[in-house]
Amino acid sequence: MTATATSARSDLTELGRSETALRAFLHGLPGVDQVGAEQRAAQLGTRSIKTTAKAQAIDLAIRMVDLTTLEGADTPGKVRALAAKALRPDPADPTCPHVGAVCVYPAMVPHVAEVLRGSAVHLASVATAFPSGQAPLEVRLADTRAAVAAGADEIDMVINRGAFLAGRYAEVHDEIVAVKEACGDAHLKVILETGELATYDNVRRASWLAMLAGGDFIKTSTGKVPVAATLPVTLVMLEAVRDFRAATGRQVGVKPAGGIKTTKDAIKYLVMVDETVGADWLDPDWFRFGASSLLNDLLMQRTKLTTGVYPGPDYFTLD
Amino acid sequence: MTFEYAPAPESRSVVDLRPSYGLFVDGEFVDPAGGGSFTSVNPASEEVLAEVAEAGAQDVDRAVRAARTAYEKVWGPMPGRDRAKYLFRIARIIQERSRELAVLESLDNGKPIRESRDVDLPLVAAHFFYYAGWADKLPYAGFGPDPKPLGVAAQVIPWNFPLLMLAWKIAPALATGNTVVLKPAETTPLTALLFAEICQQAELPAGVVNIVTGAGDTGRALVEHPGVDKVAFTGSTEVGRAIARSVAGTRKKVTLELGGKAANIVYDDAPIDQAVEGIVNGIFFNQGHVCCAGSRLLVQENVADEVLESLKRRMARLRVGDPLDKNTDVGAINSAAQLARIRELADAGSAEGAQRWSPPCELPERGFWFAPTIFTGVTQAHRIAREEIFGPVLSVLTFRTPAEAVEKANNTPYGLSAGIWTDKGSRILWTADRLRAGVVWANTFNKFDPTSPFGGYKESGYGREGGRHGLEGYLDV
Repeated sequence: MTATATSARSDLTELGRSETALRAFLHGLPGVDQVGAEQRAAQLGTRSIKTTAKAQAIDLAIRMVDLTTLEGADTPGKVRALAAKALRPDPADPTCPHVGAVCVYPAMVPHVAEVLRGSAVHLASVATAFPSGQAPLEVRLADTRAAVAAGADEIDMVINRGAFLAGRYAEVHDEIVAVKEACGDAHLKVILETGELATYDNVRRASWLAMLAGGDFIKTSTGKVPVAATLPVTLVMLEAVRDFRAATGRQVGVKPAGGIKTTKDAIKYLVMVDETVGADWLDPDWFRFGASSLLNDLLMQRTKLTTGVYPGPDYFTLD
Repeated sequence: MTFEYAPAPESRSVVDLRPSYGLFVDGEFVDPAGGGSFTSVNPASEEVLAEVAEAGAQDVDRAVRAARTAYEKVWGPMPGRDRAKYLFRIARIIQERSRELAVLESLDNGKPIRESRDVDLPLVAAHFFYYAGWADKLPYAGFGPDPKPLGVAAQVIPWNFPLLMLAWKIAPALATGNTVVLKPAETTPLTALLFAEICQQAELPAGVVNIVTGAGDTGRALVEHPGVDKVAFTGSTEVGRAIARSVAGTRKKVTLELGGKAANIVYDDAPIDQAVEGIVNGIFFNQGHVCCAGSRLLVQENVADEVLESLKRRMARLRVGDPLDKNTDVGAINSAAQLARIRELADAGSAEGAQRWSPPCELPERGFWFAPTIFTGVTQAHRIAREEIFGPVLSVLTFRTPAEAVEKANNTPYGLSAGIWTDKGSRILWTADRLRAGVVWANTFNKFDPTSPFGGYKESGYGREGGRHGLEGYLDV
């Protein structure tokens, strides 16, 4: 693959210009065998991560959390509390690292920005008529610009699943390009909503489409449909970013989101990252967890490892 | 950031090994008449695990007579539904004691605990459950209204899946009303002896299962014993031939499950990531000590570079080492003799001009170890493309067309298994139709199930084990 990488690199950037070329490319990607992918994901889930490895994994996972609240009931008070927690997840232990980012709706961005100012915690905002994306493109772009203007340095957009499932790949591609442009310097995470794409072949194609269009991260889910992040879906996406880097030289991050609630789950994902794409992705710049309740479980397990006892849930903040 | 997995050893304390074991004859552990013994070692450390009795001709005779008596007096006349109760009971005890059995299997055999725990033991229990279900339904198995057992079965099993091969042999034999004398391999007798304790725990009538330990001479005495009605053997083609010769002209019924040199065919439209997993599972599962291992990779030439690059990347992640560590993927080679055999063939591969590659991996100093290895640039003329290596060594060959793939796949004296990787259903069927192999896997490899018959073509043996078909070898039909 390395021998042809240079020519492939220029060819791939041209793909988005032609519906036919884009379709031929995406449909020419190797298929995913469902049984095999699920079996591999399950096998990786049996790794036994103990003692020092577990401590290392927990701290890394905390640094990778995109601490999220995406409710109609979110208020400035609620998101400020969440941002405070992002900075100091465990007030009782100053050695505990801060999380990767706080993720909120655009309207809440200014309130979070106040709290996070000057810190290394990123401020992510969902945009583009999240979660359905069913709004005119101009509205979605305005949504994006507003979030960036308010202080978000990461934008989580949703792809147009309707267009994708109807086979209008160029439309999906061009919309991502437009959102990327609207992001300016902000990082763009492209939510594939894999629960609605249904097949792993679709997940692989959508991953490549998002990367070809310039996405900095590919993300599994909004958390608003019944099937959110799963290990096999994340495996297919990790394979896609691995192959994309081999073909183009550009590294893209991965963010599973929704349904990851326990330390045990998070460690399974980290093992999968390690054994599929390796150490280059074991960093908050390249792998994130979209989660809310996960953080407290990580903190509880962290305290258990350092003190030897499980503290009660009331020793950790509920925000 | 690099992520180092800390050691995660499974505890050995669950296994209560005795310093020495006798023979299991007529429901009891007895000393051998000749008083001989041998030791079984842990291949990962060369530590001696236990001393085991060596059965001579006199002991074999005693075991066969015990089996005959049990067959005539108890087990043969017993209604199928009552035999089933014992088999169900054994299956449940195996499940209850599965951790103990898995740890002992890994200790004695060298296979990773992940495999003994997640593959061997669940399949062992499943086999007993499956055949327990047949015991009272034999009139509906398609072998006549009232099929009869054969009598006493002599069973000789290999060291690669000690307990699983025991289950493949004993479960159908007992379900059909036969009694057995089983000889486990001399390097891996311990789980069979623990199984003998389980037979006692299940209160299986004395003499229904007898276990005689020893090496080739013990096996020969058992197979050639005139009181035996059926011989079932799993092992090398060489020994299989000797057995076939020795029972020729007698009334003994024989099933043989022998060697293999399976082709794993990867077409250019295969799901590559899963195919690579399948290749790895096909040859490195159980250190390649698998008669149906996918030891010849036939990959379509136009995707060969891509597949090999992925394969090497994947192999670099295999964790070789302590079989009892829960994160180990590849364990120890079972014996010094087998290690020598693997080394000899691998050296022949290099000498004949194939390119050898192994990922960087540190092997423990003590014990028997061989790094996962692939040979590229292999042709049909190389020894490593023709002879069974029975180790973690993969020979990679290429093909241009489906017809060439089939021709190369079939161009072997063996015919036990094969794999096909393609997204195209019609190509799976086209290829499978033409492969002369007993088991053909499509888009998977090394999948086993008690309901599925298993066995070979040509020099891979005859007869089938597993499924409804597996009953036939133990019935007078």
